[in-house]
Amino acid sequence: MGKRTVIPFGPQHPVLPEPIHLDLVIEDETVVEAIPSIGFIHRGLEKLVEKNEWPEMVYVIERVCGICSFGHGWGYCKSVEGNLGITVPLRAEYLRTIWHELGRIHSHLLWLGLLADGFGFESLFMHSWRIRETILDIFEETTGGRVIFSVCKVGGVRRDVSNEKLDKIVMTLDGIRKETRELTRVFLEDSSVKNRLVGVGMLTKQEAVDLCAVGPVARGSGVNNDVRCDGHGAYPELNFEPILEDGGDCYARCKVRIRELFQSMDLIKEAATKIPDGDIAIAVRGNPSGEFVGRMEQPRGEAYYYSKGDGSKFLKRMRVRTPTNANIPALVKTLQGCDLADVPMLVLTIDPCISCTER
Amino acid sequence: MSERKDLIQEFVSVPAAELLETVSDIKTKGYRLGQICATTLDDVLEVLYSFEKDFTLKNLKVETPARSAELYSVTAIYPPAFIYENEIHDLFGITFKNLAIDFGGHFFKIAKETPWNPQAHEAREEIPEAPEGARKDPEEIQEGGGE
Repeated sequence: MGKRTVIPFGPQHPVLPEPIHLDLVIEDETVVEAIPSIGFIHRGLEKLVEKNEWPEMVYVIERVCGICSFGHGWGYCKSVEGNLGITVPLRAEYLRTIWHELGRIHSHLLWLGLLADGFGFESLFMHSWRIRETILDIFEETTGGRVIFSVCKVGGVRRDVSNEKLDKIVMTLDGIRKETRELTRVFLEDSSVKNRLVGVGMLTKQEAVDLCAVGPVARGSGVNNDVRCDGHGAYPELNFEPILEDGGDCYARCKVRIRELFQSMDLIKEAATKIPDGDIAIAVRGNPSGEFVGRMEQPRGEAYYYSKGDGSKFLKRMRVRTPTNANIPALVKTLQGCDLADVPMLVLTIDPCISCTER
Repeated sequence: MSERKDLIQEFVSVPAAELLETVSDIKTKGYRLGQICATTLDDVLEVLYSFEKDFTLKNLKVETPARSAELYSVTAIYPPAFIYENEIHDLFGITFKNLAIDFGGHFFKIAKETPWNPQAHEAREEIPEAPEGARKDPEEIQEGGGE
């Protein structure tokens, strides 16, 4: 048995620009234990319910994350709508679904770029982010924003998207499908990439269940807890089946995200065809006086939005539990027994968002 | 349209003394721990445990006094609960007994102790009748300051 050494990883490190600290206990070149530490950028966003009326809080909750901001806005609205017992017009549900799936494409392309950057494949990183720009252009054209969209509100959405514009979005997605296929083929087939991902960071199905993993981390180990199956949004009317892989390694998690890229394109195309005419919002009266837990399948996994009201304009509590928060125990487990050189890959394949986690 | 499973959610109040037994029973039934959070309600803290199975939710609510908040940790039943319990400890001042991985109040690096539960902070510092010249509470120095 070699000598044990503790290597501090982070909070500032080259893997991702957000601060997470890991105390890595290593023996020779093998990690035997990892102790996570977060909390460097806690912003207290949830506490702003004390100062912002519930219709305004959607702007705060959207700012929990700059990548999956639309999903956060939708999750908050879903929670308050459940609290108020509101049913949102179907056209609004379709528009929310389309924007949310666009957000998934942009998030997964961003993650693919970061992964490529993590193992030093710079041109792959640049191509991933180049394609992602197209999605941000669609967001800008339909919402006016590229990062924060502010189109979701309690009771529906603020902006409609014309059917002509939806057709244009479908054409744009068809246009990037071929180059996305070429890009992702490198991730799935190139030997230099596979050498870094295949067999690395194993998480068995039972471990994923025991550690309550969510999102592509769980689905890469064959566990289906994709919240899109629960009947919200337009998903019940679309041809949606969760994507599962059973490899349990970094490669399987990468493959889930890549397959989800194309699945999201298909879902948007189908939604653009099926979207009904009608209102995009309903009038909301009264204040939330009960409690409700809204859940969303963010690109990184399941997120919770708990709202508790007392009949006033201010919520008693707004809680956001983000997917990275739930995946930290799985990360710690996969780090045990890995090579020190693989730590960046393992951290990246849970697609961590520390800004989300700390709120 | 298929069934809206997201609307199927149950909220059950449980006495603190029966928490572990109830959570253990839920685990046996195959539920996954979704999240744990706390809410400040005047003199008590309400802790909400959310469990998920087949896309439906079961939520347990447990109350504990705000000034001397203490609960048993569920980490022996659901090990990933350490993330939530350490966060609640730092933000609300609830002490979790038998917490498997205890960060000792250093999970969140925040300037102010138990920002969501000033009563716990007061109880710890015993400052209600602080002598003259004693250190001022941070809230007095900067009202509504960052957590």
